[in-house]
Amino acid sequence: MIIAGVGKLAALFAAIIIFFASALATPAAAGKRDNSVRFAEEQAVDNLDPYFNNVRIGVILAHHIWDTLIYRDPNAGEYKGELATSWKWIDDRTLELELRQGVKFHNGAEFDADDVVYTFNFVSKPESKAITTQLVDWIDRVEKLDRYKVRIHTKHSFPAALEYLAATLVIHPHEYYAKVGPKGMSEKPIGTGPYRVVEHALGKYIRLVRNPDYFTGGPKAQPTIDKVEVRFIPDRQTQLAEVLSGGADFIKNVPVDQARQARAAPHLQVISAEIMRYAFMQFDTLDNTPAPMLRDVRVRQAVMHAIDRDAMVKSIVGEGSRVLHVPCFPTQFGCIDEGAPHFAYDPAKAKRLLADAGFPDGFAVDLYAYRDRDQVEAMIGYLRAVGIRANLRFLQYAAFDTAVRGGKAPIAVWTWGSFSINDVSAGVSNFHKGQADDVNRDGEVRKLLERGDAALDPEVRKSAYAKALALITERAYVLPLYSIPVYYVATKDLVFNAYADEIPRFWEMSWK
Amino acid sequence: MLAYTLKRIGLAALVAIAVSAVAFLLLRASGDVAVALAGEGASAESVEAIRQAYRLDRPLALQYFEWVGKTLRGDFGESLYFKTDVLALVADKMPTTAWLALFSLVFALAISLPLGIVAALYPNSLIDRLCLALAVLGQALPNFFFALVLIMVFAVGFHLLPVSGSESWENFVLPSVALGYYVAPPFMRLIRTGMIEVMASDYIRTARAKGLSGASIVLKHALRNALVPVVALAAVQLGLLLGGSVVIETVFALDGLGYLAYQSISHLDLPVTQAVVTLLSFIYVGLTLAADLVNAWLDPRIRIG
Repeated sequence: MIIAGVGKLAALFAAIIIFFASALATPAAAGKRDNSVRFAEEQAVDNLDPYFNNVRIGVILAHHIWDTLIYRDPNAGEYKGELATSWKWIDDRTLELELRQGVKFHNGAEFDADDVVYTFNFVSKPESKAITTQLVDWIDRVEKLDRYKVRIHTKHSFPAALEYLAATLVIHPHEYYAKVGPKGMSEKPIGTGPYRVVEHALGKYIRLVRNPDYFTGGPKAQPTIDKVEVRFIPDRQTQLAEVLSGGADFIKNVPVDQARQARAAPHLQVISAEIMRYAFMQFDTLDNTPAPMLRDVRVRQAVMHAIDRDAMVKSIVGEGSRVLHVPCFPTQFGCIDEGAPHFAYDPAKAKRLLADAGFPDGFAVDLYAYRDRDQVEAMIGYLRAVGIRANLRFLQYAAFDTAVRGGKAPIAVWTWGSFSINDVSAGVSNFHKGQADDVNRDGEVRKLLERGDAALDPEVRKSAYAKALALITERAYVLPLYSIPVYYVATKDLVFNAYADEIPRFWEMSWK
Repeated sequence: MLAYTLKRIGLAALVAIAVSAVAFLLLRASGDVAVALAGEGASAESVEAIRQAYRLDRPLALQYFEWVGKTLRGDFGESLYFKTDVLALVADKMPTTAWLALFSLVFALAISLPLGIVAALYPNSLIDRLCLALAVLGQALPNFFFALVLIMVFAVGFHLLPVSGSESWENFVLPSVALGYYVAPPFMRLIRTGMIEVMASDYIRTARAKGLSGASIVLKHALRNALVPVVALAAVQLGLLLGGSVVIETVFALDGLGYLAYQSISHLDLPVTQAVVTLLSFIYVGLTLAADLVNAWLDPRIRIG
């Protein structure tokens, strides 16, 4: 809010003080000195229990304090066993898993099937009020076969189960969790993960230390960084100031223009990495749409041709981002580009299409968005050039989504992270299967997506998704825009990798 | 005096109640709370589940009166976002904001007193114009901008002070300067005006005739009278400081009431926002009431109006 307006000015100041900072003094290398990493994060977490929060830091900490049954290797893309060692589908609704032996929780309790059974059965019950129910509501119940074997029964055929199990479905110690519940788990988290919480000052900071008894043989490396301190600093300029002055070692989601300025600081490194989040423009084509002209496919196609996505990606979105031709992230299972038409930037064609549809002088329409205002304003500029006078309604996410679901947003610019789940069922299926956010309600697309979501045979799934994506793009329900990059600014001597799932892995980091 | 006092207290109470009701309505109008709680990307079913769980589907009037009833008994409810008792949360954050407001006020007075006095002693001179310029700059600069400049010069550039956080007294220096500078100008102007008036009065001429030194006249005799309206203004400016703290605390990551207000508004955390707005409005109304009463006590003409 307040930050948006001062962005450009701040970039200028960043340039000035970077000169200051590098010329006057070398910042304290506290992080390197005591083998710790100080990470500044924007949004504080309310409840540390991963089933009861939906903020990015919650996802990050989930993987550090706890473990999941399955781990998806971000490099190879394959599934590796974490708390489970092997798994197989018994039938289309039953997944059987063998569990790892010899794993201990931070409080000394031994990990076994009871923990899996209790955790999943608890969080999938509606009464537990788990925050992101989509992540667990596919689970019907979990059954213990013996001390290190469980069966997960799904409510319906759910091929993406492995992907979801590798997400943030962490395993809690059953005795402790039964005793203290989510609130107690947030105050004193106990998991099996490579880091333990030593201090949690709500809204201020969280301090982690290395777990020296972290089990070996798992996909996560034994951590070398001793301590991790997560500090909550809401203002992005302040975060940058902290990194520049040596008060923090690692920040992410740095605005593009400031990240580019930070490259000039000799003691910092700037890395940009594409993440799974992608942007797209959605058109409301229902009977009660506030902009009836959008029901004409030519009008929608005109919008698709009017925006120069390549130019936007090159200049304002950031390094690492790429133009997308279908509304999904390329590594997601089922995200198939072939067969879908590509809409090239062609404003002359856009104007012709509008004229054919009966709008030679264009028309006025409301455009809803909730983030990346500069990008949205660029899009509005392109639309204006072909005669479409888009009136920007920039809202907070909650108000934006309420407007979309209430049929008030004729054009809505979304970004979608798919909860970092690498399967199209967590992505495009959310918007075209008749749910509240589906403002097209195309029966044919819906059937195809339902087939893709339910079939266990990967080839059947791929073919269904390919057809659905091609139809969505042909019928111009959605204008796929581009993938979103994230900029990381860190102290130069910190060795780290940036991954598409936006999860910094402190257990892998080290100091040079 | 008593009648006046009672009337003012009654009005103050009405204002506070009106503020709490308006805040209540505006918050609900700004977005669907269940959607905000469920978070980005939540399905309609998740949102509905949350709506039911937190009983957000009841009529507004019912929710408001239930809230009033509970508040009068000291129960401010539970934070939807932090899942802790609201009163405990507010009590935890209050000291940081109180210290920030106090230090800012002290800083504001520390710069406005000398500036005001000097400007008054040499009215319409270059010094007066300079003091005025400084005062105007304080009011014109957005305080978050000034805050960032302070961070960049003193914390990043010269490493004299920490950038953010609330661990020690050092963390309060820059925020107090940023916030204090913002409320100093009215003090400066008031002191200047008051001093000019007082310095022209008879008893000061008498003091000069008696042969008292300049410093003694200014500081012991004149200032004391010029400061009277300043005390009343301080009460009001304290209220302004509490409001300005929202931005300053966010920029400096100070974990106080202002930052809590910012977070709770972004998350549509109704119980907390409601509590913070109500509390701050009560404090502000109380302070302006105190200022009114002080003025009325000093100047009986006000009591009749």
